[in-house]
Amino acid sequence: MRESKRQIAVLAVAAALFAALPAIAAAMARPDFVTLGSQVAIMAIAAASLDLLMGRTGLPSFGHAAWLGLGGYTVGVLAFHQADLPWFVTQAWFAWPMAIIVPAVLAAGIGALCLRTSGISFIMITLAFAQMFFFLFIALKAYGGDDGLSMRRRNALPGIAPRDDVAFFYVCLVALVLVLFLLRRIAASRFGAVLDGIRQNEWRMMAIGLSPYPYKLAAFVISAAIAGLAGALHVNLFRFASPDLLHWTMSGELMVMVVLGGLGSLWGAVFGAAAMVLLHSLLAQWTEHWQIVLGPILVAVVLLARRGLWGALGGK
Amino acid sequence: MTLLLEQLLNGLQFGVMLFLMAAGLTLVFGIMGLINLAHGSLYMIGAYAAAWATQQTGSFLLGLGAGLAAAALVGMALEAAILRRLYQRDHLDQVLATFGVILFCNEAVAMIFGRQPLMAGPPPWLSGAVEIVPGVPYPVYRLAIIATGLAVAGGLYLLIAHTRIGMLVRAGATHRDLVGALGVRVGLLFTTVFGLGALLAGLAGALTGPLLAVQVGMGERILITTFVVIVIGGLGSVRGALAGALLVGMVDTLTRAYLPTGLRAMLPPSDADALGAGLSSMAIFILMAVVLLWRPRGLFPAHA
Repeated sequence: MRESKRQIAVLAVAAALFAALPAIAAAMARPDFVTLGSQVAIMAIAAASLDLLMGRTGLPSFGHAAWLGLGGYTVGVLAFHQADLPWFVTQAWFAWPMAIIVPAVLAAGIGALCLRTSGISFIMITLAFAQMFFFLFIALKAYGGDDGLSMRRRNALPGIAPRDDVAFFYVCLVALVLVLFLLRRIAASRFGAVLDGIRQNEWRMMAIGLSPYPYKLAAFVISAAIAGLAGALHVNLFRFASPDLLHWTMSGELMVMVVLGGLGSLWGAVFGAAAMVLLHSLLAQWTEHWQIVLGPILVAVVLLARRGLWGALGGK
Repeated sequence: MTLLLEQLLNGLQFGVMLFLMAAGLTLVFGIMGLINLAHGSLYMIGAYAAAWATQQTGSFLLGLGAGLAAAALVGMALEAAILRRLYQRDHLDQVLATFGVILFCNEAVAMIFGRQPLMAGPPPWLSGAVEIVPGVPYPVYRLAIIATGLAVAGGLYLLIAHTRIGMLVRAGATHRDLVGALGVRVGLLFTTVFGLGALLAGLAGALTGPLLAVQVGMGERILITTFVVIVIGGLGSVRGALAGALLVGMVDTLTRAYLPTGLRAMLPPSDADALGAGLSSMAIFILMAVVLLWRPRGLFPAHA
């Protein structure tokens, strides 16, 4: 989809603001803005990965938190056992690809099952499997159970000090740009066109001789893999793997980000994620009971704003 | 042996509770095509209203009545204000809007009652235990729940199989549009069915309250188990909901009771407990996976 002039202008301003965020935060003496910015970038990666399923393939997964959490816990568990394992398990070049591979492999198995259903059953079964992982990690007292698993220091990246929050912000930003580039390439590819076709009319795709199942499974696995990366970054950001990452409300919030931004547009997912993270932090500063405000906002967005933030920017 | 009997009854009791939840959810889905995540919130509201009214009045029956009334009223208000606008939307919109409703309900309840769980034990005339077979005492209250649940299941069967409303419900579950085309006042039917579902959720909440801590978030825990029940039983089918609920109730209770001890025979105790706790909390999901491999549309698919 081509962006309108207004969308391009907004995008340019947002990108400039984002890239200059550490300088702005330093000028305003608010170092917490940098962490908030990293959080936006990480959730944008997760939301963009979910958009590949929801927006492009038309598969509303309500269990995306599972992949986020599994990626995060992969990094956390590797760091937890670092004394018994080779030295490189806490290196980013090893731990992050593992955080992508583990969710991808599990998603291949679980996706193969979930995709036997469709529509409402798909929503329920993805939610149920995600909760299965949530209960599993709650039960695993060795990895902290309810309390989560903290990490002594971030995964080592060559040339970057582990405590440098600004450097880590740029790491997240680069990851976001790479993920968006990859998803954009997928959207433009033959594979992406098939996913579009499956969303629009699965029967027609079968009629022209394509079996939708392997394509849907591939989208499911790619989406989980990218979410795993987001989970690894999230755990690195806070040096803490929390079972909240796996909680069903996280899946719900990711869905909200995608829809709030505008279904089926990558930039929409990014803007939706930014809006949700900022709204969260604003409301949480204002009142402990921020959910009582957020709930009605969600209902209103669903009932009134069908095209999402990004679509509204596009005009027409 | 006596322990096994106790656990079987516990499984039956949990299954019956799940059926009360699943029947409402599956009927609402079957007739209106609506996926209502806030069904768990109605359960929570029923539990809170019942526990609060019991504490205030000292009467369990008044509390039960308050729980039922609160759930039904909130349910009908919800239907009229929000859900009615969602029937024609796709499932994604329904999920998101009712997700917003959950956040609102949870926070509202936390603001009114605080985050500390409410405790309300069973009434004196239902506490204590009886010997079901000589030497095996079992709590009266749990037996009362089983009896109530089975009675409701029987009543639902009569209602659906032998009354005019039931006929419309059955027709609506398989041929929704045709029922409207034949001149049935669909709006009224929808509100009735939704109110019935809310009432059942409230009943489940009010009855479970004395067994568990009444707290924020209790609704989502059971909602997700209810989804497993519905996926196993087959969407929109009350018969499937009953079969799925009993199956899930039994499997969950029995694996929690026996898996850790069973594993202790093979593994060192600490590993066995950790693995047992993890595996038994996954058991019903594994059951769901197996059923789906075998019958992707559940045990009793309604829309054949």
